[in-house]
Amino acid sequence: MSAVARRSRLVTLAGLALGPVLVLGIFFVLPVSGMLARGLWPDGSFDRGGVVDVLGRPRTGRVVWFTVWSASAATAVAVLLGLPAAYALHRLEFPLRRVVRALLLVPFVLPTVVVGVAFRQLLGEAGPLGFLGLDGSAIAIVAGLVFFNVAVVIRTVGAAWETLDPRPGEAAAALGARPAQVFRTVTFPALRPAIVSAAIVVFLFCATAFGVVLTLGGLRYSSVETEIYLLTTNLLDLPAAAALSIVQLVAVTLLLVLAGRLRAVPDATVSRVASHARRPRRSDAPQLAATSLLLLLVAAPIATLVLGSLRVEGAWSLDNYRALQTTGSRQALLVPVTDALGYSLRTAVDASWMSLTMGLLVALVVTRRSHGRAERRLRGTLDGFFMLPLGVSAVTLGFGFLITLDRPPVDLRDSALLVPIAQALVALPLVVRTIVPVLAGIDDRQRQAAASLGAGPLRTLMTVDLPVVWKPLLAAAGFAFAVSLGEFGATSFLAREERPTVPVVIFRLIGHPGAMNYGMALAASVVLAATTATVMLAVERLRIPSVGAF
Amino acid sequence: MLSVSDVSVAYDGVPAVVDVSLELPDGQVLAVLGPSGCGKSTLLRAVAGLEPVTAGRIGWDGSDLAGVPTHKRGFALMFQDGQLFSHLSVARNVGYALKLRRAPGTNARVAELLELVGLAGYGERLPATLSGGERQRVALARSLAVQPRLLLLDEPLSALDAGLRERLAGDLRTILQAAGTTALLVTHDHEEAFVVADRLAVMRAGRVVQDGDIAEVWRRPVDSETALFLGYARVLDGAAAVRVLVAAGMSPDGPAVGRPAVAVRRSAIAVSADGALTGVVRTVRATPEQVRLVVDVEGVGELDAVASLGRPPGPGDPVRLSADATRLAVIPGP
Repeated sequence: MSAVARRSRLVTLAGLALGPVLVLGIFFVLPVSGMLARGLWPDGSFDRGGVVDVLGRPRTGRVVWFTVWSASAATAVAVLLGLPAAYALHRLEFPLRRVVRALLLVPFVLPTVVVGVAFRQLLGEAGPLGFLGLDGSAIAIVAGLVFFNVAVVIRTVGAAWETLDPRPGEAAAALGARPAQVFRTVTFPALRPAIVSAAIVVFLFCATAFGVVLTLGGLRYSSVETEIYLLTTNLLDLPAAAALSIVQLVAVTLLLVLAGRLRAVPDATVSRVASHARRPRRSDAPQLAATSLLLLLVAAPIATLVLGSLRVEGAWSLDNYRALQTTGSRQALLVPVTDALGYSLRTAVDASWMSLTMGLLVALVVTRRSHGRAERRLRGTLDGFFMLPLGVSAVTLGFGFLITLDRPPVDLRDSALLVPIAQALVALPLVVRTIVPVLAGIDDRQRQAAASLGAGPLRTLMTVDLPVVWKPLLAAAGFAFAVSLGEFGATSFLAREERPTVPVVIFRLIGHPGAMNYGMALAASVVLAATTATVMLAVERLRIPSVGAF
Repeated sequence: MLSVSDVSVAYDGVPAVVDVSLELPDGQVLAVLGPSGCGKSTLLRAVAGLEPVTAGRIGWDGSDLAGVPTHKRGFALMFQDGQLFSHLSVARNVGYALKLRRAPGTNARVAELLELVGLAGYGERLPATLSGGERQRVALARSLAVQPRLLLLDEPLSALDAGLRERLAGDLRTILQAAGTTALLVTHDHEEAFVVADRLAVMRAGRVVQDGDIAEVWRRPVDSETALFLGYARVLDGAAAVRVLVAAGMSPDGPAVGRPAVAVRRSAIAVSADGALTGVVRTVRATPEQVRLVVDVEGVGELDAVASLGRPPGPGDPVRLSADATRLAVIPGP
């Protein structure tokens, strides 16, 4: 009889997981494997020589090396800059703390293309930092990557730091440890899982960054991700693109497994409490100074972008914004930018509900208490499976969509849902990571208490889970919305010419000659950035610590 | 009537409960007593349907409960820390199960229950504003609301401080009797079990080592470990056991076959001018109710003993001691 009970539990689990697994299977595994198959079995037979040939090219070596070192450098800088800010923003109480926190989260959801444009505006010949001669250099790319990802470090480490029990540190101090020794011997070991976890995720994001490298790297620098893009769209060298995708997929899977290990083991033993932030002391000056510097570094590109958008031919003007109602000079676009904004918003709404529905199901499946090792392992595998879109090249995904979903049984070539589905998949891991810690934090005995009082599974969900999870759900929805607004990698493949999203339009505008087109690109970037920033500020007001943390 | 027959539960192949059989007649309170980690909470969870059993059968009035999910068993479960729904008021917590059943007259019943647990007028408060003891009372009221067939109590008083625990244990007994509730209580505190329960099952390392009427178990612990867990201070064997038995006026070859052992409560040995045992006082500690001594008794070794507060002996003093037969338990030989 116990075997029957166990089997029925597994069946329920499989039933809940079936929907998301099917969706991910059709819209993720199928396209990605389709893309890989197209490259590796070009004529229906496996072409191993081709793969070896591609991986042996000197250019491939240069691309992989650039990807690894730029991502490593950006990760190191992001962690070093993020740690003091995580401390200042999560342990200290000072005016405008919440606003600063929200502002530092904004870069993470800023559209990659916008960040590229902002950095070019800042570092370009005419820009305020043009004298440094960094435009188009590798340093500019690393700076762009840091700009993006420092928020991840602040969020992830900050969330862990905020709830860290201060008493072990106090005990160490009472035993005679100086503040620096307390940090080294007590605080840092407790934070290490969060730091390592953040570093791995940042490395993942940097190594698969697309928009920033494409807009800042120009022709001189190419990462694996942009190389896949160039190989598929410009050179039509699919075997090479497929080989690079496989390299990326393997590396990402290994990193995710590593991240899972590091996340799972030590965290449970650290005691968590809701601690109160305190007023800054004189000894906190270095951390506060570092935070101010970071704020300046983040604000500079954005400020230059805003100022640039307000200048036309050397004078202040709103003409760049007025021009958003046009299609640009020399017919740069097929539709006005304002139309593209409409499409963007509609797409983002669709992508949000899709990723939210799927993310909630996934989170429910992976957080339910497991009976037995087999069930636990199954849930762990599912958890990892749904994290895959986090690191798989959005370009591979977009291109895979194009070549696999254009014929029965799944023919979405002309469907308006193609872009939202792809964006929902990109946002899915972020949604899951926002909801899972909240659901996992609910004492399972609350559910057991409800069940013992006669509440069925659905009623238990309504009584115990919903009151806790509705705010994080809302936050996750906003997060997904912002991510969708800025998504560029997959969208650049899938958006049709007459229904482009704003990032696609911006990329087109900066690729077309003409001062008016460039000015429009700046103005459109500001509008897009303002929209995502507004959404994120609203999300931040919900005060969900797991937003943007990994 | 709850019947548990030959039930085993294992976590990933590691046995937590092994071959446990228990019977609980309607209207009685059974306490499962054991040290932490002995599997008593797992047993409770298995009865609640929260843990699948690997072997054996759990039944109610003759029907097998396998495959009946928790929410359909009609067994209310009360946790050590209450697990109140923090976003619902006290009244809505208590009325939760009534509302699920759309029972009429919810408000009156909630008021009646709050009255029963001594919290009349607390209905509109939120759980966060209550003290630990009040929270447990609300949890009890919530569990009793729909008159469950069986109430499962998981260390219901352990999270409370000592004084409150004692008072609430008495209240719990009164409330359960007033409601005529059948209840299964797990606890590691033998005092709590004595106050609340009618029957007692002692669990150790996943197995029930003894069960029966609570006074019976208390009088005749099955082995020395059980005796120590039930609050006996020391277990003596061999010549020492015989000597104490004789001092208490009992026959050394009574019920015990083979090598008898005797479990001695601290209060069984008292300083008395005409006692049959002699010894030298080692340590003295005064408590508000009596003086606790450790005495090196001639022919027995060290024994715990008590003296009245009036004229306590000091360390090194010779004393005479009497043994009280009603506070000794003879343990059957192995």
